[in-house]
Amino acid sequence: MKGLLRSRWSLAMTGFLLLLPLIDPNPYHMEIFATAALYALLALGLNIIVGFAGLLHLGYAAFFAIGAYTYGLLNLRAGCPFWLGLPISALSAGIAGVLLGLPAVRVRGDYLAIVTLGFGEIVRIMVTNLESWTGGPNGLLGIAHPAIGAFHFGVDSKPYYWLLFVLVEMTAWISARLRRSRIGLAWVALREDELAARCLGIDAARLKWLALGLGGGVAGLAGCVFAAKQGTITPDSFDFILSVMVLAMVILGGLGSVRGAILGACVLSIAPELLRGFSTYRMLLFGALMILLMRIRPQGLLGLEAIRRELKVHAAA
Amino acid sequence: MTAGNLFLQQLINGLTIGSVYALIALGYTMVYGIIQLINFAHGEIFMVGAYLGLVVILLMGAVVPGSGTAGRFLLTILVAAAGCSLLGLAVERIAYRPLRQAPKLSVLITAIGVSFFLQNVVMLSFGAQDRYVPALLPVVHWGRGGVTFTPMQAMIFGVSFLLMVGLQVGIYRTSFGRAMRATAQDPLAARLMGISVDRVIAATFCIGSALAGVGGVLFGMHYSTINFHDGYLTGLKAFTAAVLGGIGNIPGAMLGGLILGLLEALGAGYLSTQWKNVVAFAVLVLVLLLRPRGLLGERVAERA
Repeated sequence: MKGLLRSRWSLAMTGFLLLLPLIDPNPYHMEIFATAALYALLALGLNIIVGFAGLLHLGYAAFFAIGAYTYGLLNLRAGCPFWLGLPISALSAGIAGVLLGLPAVRVRGDYLAIVTLGFGEIVRIMVTNLESWTGGPNGLLGIAHPAIGAFHFGVDSKPYYWLLFVLVEMTAWISARLRRSRIGLAWVALREDELAARCLGIDAARLKWLALGLGGGVAGLAGCVFAAKQGTITPDSFDFILSVMVLAMVILGGLGSVRGAILGACVLSIAPELLRGFSTYRMLLFGALMILLMRIRPQGLLGLEAIRRELKVHAAA
Repeated sequence: MTAGNLFLQQLINGLTIGSVYALIALGYTMVYGIIQLINFAHGEIFMVGAYLGLVVILLMGAVVPGSGTAGRFLLTILVAAAGCSLLGLAVERIAYRPLRQAPKLSVLITAIGVSFFLQNVVMLSFGAQDRYVPALLPVVHWGRGGVTFTPMQAMIFGVSFLLMVGLQVGIYRTSFGRAMRATAQDPLAARLMGISVDRVIAATFCIGSALAGVGGVLFGMHYSTINFHDGYLTGLKAFTAAVLGGIGNIPGAMLGGLILGLLEALGAGYLSTQWKNVVAFAVLVLVLLLRPRGLLGERVAERA
């Protein structure tokens, strides 16, 4: 009964979010919603790495950048259409994730955080400095918007919102399945006690590569959509603050919780807009709000749910 | 300038900024050593220290023009250190202490919240543009053959060196230092021995923040402009330095700071200034892979 209620509730929520552009067509609001959806996609990807596999990643923006620049360069240099660029971006960011994993599986905990942070900075600085390829600080201009047949996405936020909505739903669905699969359980084991997990024959390195590859791939998707939506990308869009913000969304939502990641993304991307009325004091209040939220719910908004669910899965397995 | 002189010059520049990194890195490493927390707001405390220094210099310029240089310098540093230690105390009390039993990553969020808050307080009070820091010391260049050395650099070396020696003495020669080391080893056992762990942790934040405050003043004097964004990158580099030396290890933080400063200066001198940050981070990643404990670290971090 409870499960049925829950699924009805989430169905209603999904329907509401799907129809949101028709309910509230205000272009300013639409832009905020599209941004929130983009962040939700990023948070879901990072949730696989940090929430599921327990790998503290502080350079997630690098994958986002790789996805964005992959599509940007392919489109500008080879005229590659968006729908072909989308899987290629995901693939290249996923490969970057696995490549990062090669050294990263050798370090743990806080040290992993630093390696990933260094990776993020190195990618950003390389993008800034390899001017002949990436346009340097000026970035890439005139990246093509997507089109379906005769319908062009253009600069209106609505089609991007729907596109991102589909990607978020897909990623959330796959995430939820993954978590219940053998791989997901192995990730939980690895996260909780790596030594014990290894003793039970879990291939830690391979699972970490998988998490980084999948998480990277999701960021690649997001990067491609971002590049296509903006039409212009500059290295500034992929700084450390972005990595930290996405991480904050995952933690605020509750580590390992799929719906939490989406909720966290919505809260942290919409809150600064709601605080706009306070004009210059906005980010100051935002900082105070983050402290307050964590003091009230240190395990994240939906963190308990994630833990309960894992325990239930364990009991059932 | 000969090749040897260029090297010497980069050596001097690198050690100068490296000692500033070392001062900030000490705060990261002390806090980590005692409660295994990466204090991500530490860079912002450093930045506030730089602005406190600016305020004192401007006030002194207006109130007592032409008084002794050494006295002014000392006063600036003392005020910044005192202000930052109070700030560090407040941050620990508001953002970290209530979450000491909470999952570790939650504290990361409050630390980010503190960062946003402090950055914006400074931006709203001083503006978003770079602020010029008037020189306290006479601007002269000592040296020969193109290699120069300024009184400012001498002062940065001297102050950092004294503070590091003082810290070392404080930690290994005083009863408070012993309490701190005991808490770092085993907080529960320390509590059973009658040590007020909360007070030790608060004092650790206090000392680390004071050092960062001094670092901020020296940084402002070195570059002669400061910005509310400076806390982020400098904090990141100091953190890098702490890890390089072995996080939790105090001599390691000093060594890490100096090495990072050197690498950066050599990278800037021989490659180009654009690439100096890549050099710093690439070396960092390499060290972590080849020697994950850092250069002097004994402890291995198992979990985040």
